[in-house]
Amino acid sequence: MSQPLLQVKDLHTYFNVEGQRAWACAGVSFDVMPGEFLGIVGESGSGKSVTALSIMRLIPDPPGRIDSGEVVFDGRDLLQLPLNEMRRVRGRDIAMIFQEPMTSLNPVLNIGRQVMEAVVLHEKLSREESRNRVIEVLEQVGIPDAGKRLKDYPHQFSGGMRQRVMIAMALICKPRLLIADEPTTALDVTIQAQILELMADLQNQREGSATILITHDLAVVAESCDRVIVMYGGRIQEVASTRDIFQEPLHPYTKGLMGSIPQEDSKGKPLFAIQGNVPAILDFPPGCRFCSRCELVEDRCRSEEPPLVDLGGGRAVRCHLVEKLPSNAEAEEAAP
Amino acid sequence: MSEGKPLLEIDKLSVHFPIYGGILRHQVGLVKAVDGVSMQIRRGETVGLVGESGSGKTTVGRAICNLHSAMSPDVKLGGKIWFESRSGRVDLNGLARKKMLPHRAEVSMVFQDPFSSLNPRMTVQQIVQGPLCIHEPDLDQKALDERVSQLLDRVGLQPQYAARYPHEFSGGQRQRIGIARSLATRPALIVADEPVSALDVSVQAQVINLMGELQQEFGLTYLFVAHDLSIVYHMADRIAVMYLGSLVEYGSAEQVYKSPRHPYTQALLSAVPRPDPDGKRAKRTVLEGDIPSPLAKPTGCGFRTRCPLAKKECAEIVPELKDRGAEHLVACPVVD
Repeated sequence: MSQPLLQVKDLHTYFNVEGQRAWACAGVSFDVMPGEFLGIVGESGSGKSVTALSIMRLIPDPPGRIDSGEVVFDGRDLLQLPLNEMRRVRGRDIAMIFQEPMTSLNPVLNIGRQVMEAVVLHEKLSREESRNRVIEVLEQVGIPDAGKRLKDYPHQFSGGMRQRVMIAMALICKPRLLIADEPTTALDVTIQAQILELMADLQNQREGSATILITHDLAVVAESCDRVIVMYGGRIQEVASTRDIFQEPLHPYTKGLMGSIPQEDSKGKPLFAIQGNVPAILDFPPGCRFCSRCELVEDRCRSEEPPLVDLGGGRAVRCHLVEKLPSNAEAEEAAP
Repeated sequence: MSEGKPLLEIDKLSVHFPIYGGILRHQVGLVKAVDGVSMQIRRGETVGLVGESGSGKTTVGRAICNLHSAMSPDVKLGGKIWFESRSGRVDLNGLARKKMLPHRAEVSMVFQDPFSSLNPRMTVQQIVQGPLCIHEPDLDQKALDERVSQLLDRVGLQPQYAARYPHEFSGGQRQRIGIARSLATRPALIVADEPVSALDVSVQAQVINLMGELQQEFGLTYLFVAHDLSIVYHMADRIAVMYLGSLVEYGSAEQVYKSPRHPYTQALLSAVPRPDPDGKRAKRTVLEGDIPSPLAKPTGCGFRTRCPLAKKECAEIVPELKDRGAEHLVACPVVD
């Protein structure tokens, strides 16, 4: 087994809300291996975007702050780096694709200039060389006639094309880690298919690099990811390979999410719905974060938060009832 | 599904929006948002209307509810929307405000955005009783209170919430309020425009289940406008697929979802991510490019610029919907 490309250890991030500390990311730990396509799934307010922004150190401070934890990339803890060194990491080693292609591009700068920015900052290339590099990367992401479109402004591109421009910006310095935060949420399914295919192709081209895909759509995860982290209430609730999690979700929350999406054989039958709503960030119950919506809730769930139990074989789940969950016996056998 | 007279019969509906420009504000273009759509909706069934953004699916829904004449006085409407109302057959298309009013009790709408479709200055009581005050003016306040609390109870909200304001509710709860409002006048037809796309996954399932229960209980007919094909397949008895203002395929949910005939439907379905990591899928047909602008539609078949099967003659003839057996309508001469 090779060294992980990125290790996140016990990351805590809070926001000051109404004079209280709201822990948007409370003790998140995970590794990303080279060549991996990792999915982070959760509903709004689960802390998935905050985790990504914390890795990039882009949490707006105030009101937010990374309180503790480590983000180890290349043997260095990114959280301890001086800001000017962190700037060198961003865009060159780790790049991010943001959710909204409509608002994440600067409307008053042309596309060529925006894509070129990262090259100019990170690499000593001549004007001509960087221009060629921009054209090359724009063609790579599938923008036809890239050379002629450098002088165009974002409003002259469609939603799908703008998202391609965003991906080009992220890829231009050949980062080893790409973080994509809901890259296809605002797009039509046909365009979504194009973008997901493109991201998978590009990952295969850059050997040893990894992608973190943040999404709320389990179907997107099934199509593209190797491994999945399920988050709820700022905590990791379940980790498993994509195949395992779809074959046999363990955590009641994961099961609920799976039941909520219509399957071909569920037509005409009611869907299995999780009761209630995602609580506001300050209203999460003590104990297990999910206990207020869980069907299997017991007394101790309300007072005591369960630990994230490693079941072996790359699976981990955070639930007191893990002994009672059906497949646990098998998982123990499989564990070394 | 029960045979019989259709509840709604749309005949060659067209909705065109003129574009004005220049100093003299003369007409410089015409957006053919809907161009010759004909379809029938039977009493008690759910018809799913799908398509990418810009396909005109929302415009069809709004035309049925006669919302265009109120919002854009310049709109050019054509065709008929025959509705089997309590007082006989009536053409809703472009009906004058006063004549439309009595029919608004029978055709109601659930909107996409649960945040902007409820007036923030009105209490839930005022929102839900609004339609009742207009259509059943004889009711006194006591009767109104009773009806509102019945409705709230039916959509899964506590009746004491009636005194609260919309901002006190989550997205899913607001959508329930919207549904209660649309049910207030006991309509025959509900046009639901992307009713769950703004909701979290776990809450989507709750609202979908609720809509299913209400349909059983009140014998409702739904026109379910959505872009998420797996949800539409789950809900709908029949599915209509739109592209660039025209209907390209219309048939039973099984026919359209399991054995689509039109190349656009096939491409759209192959782009939908499936929540099954091991799922065997046919080779994905990824569509090139974006949906063309409705300002500059291709001649002949609107889909020919992206169609893998396009032939020369597709540029000349506008294909018409033809029955391919068992009420499976397809608008493509090439697939025969």
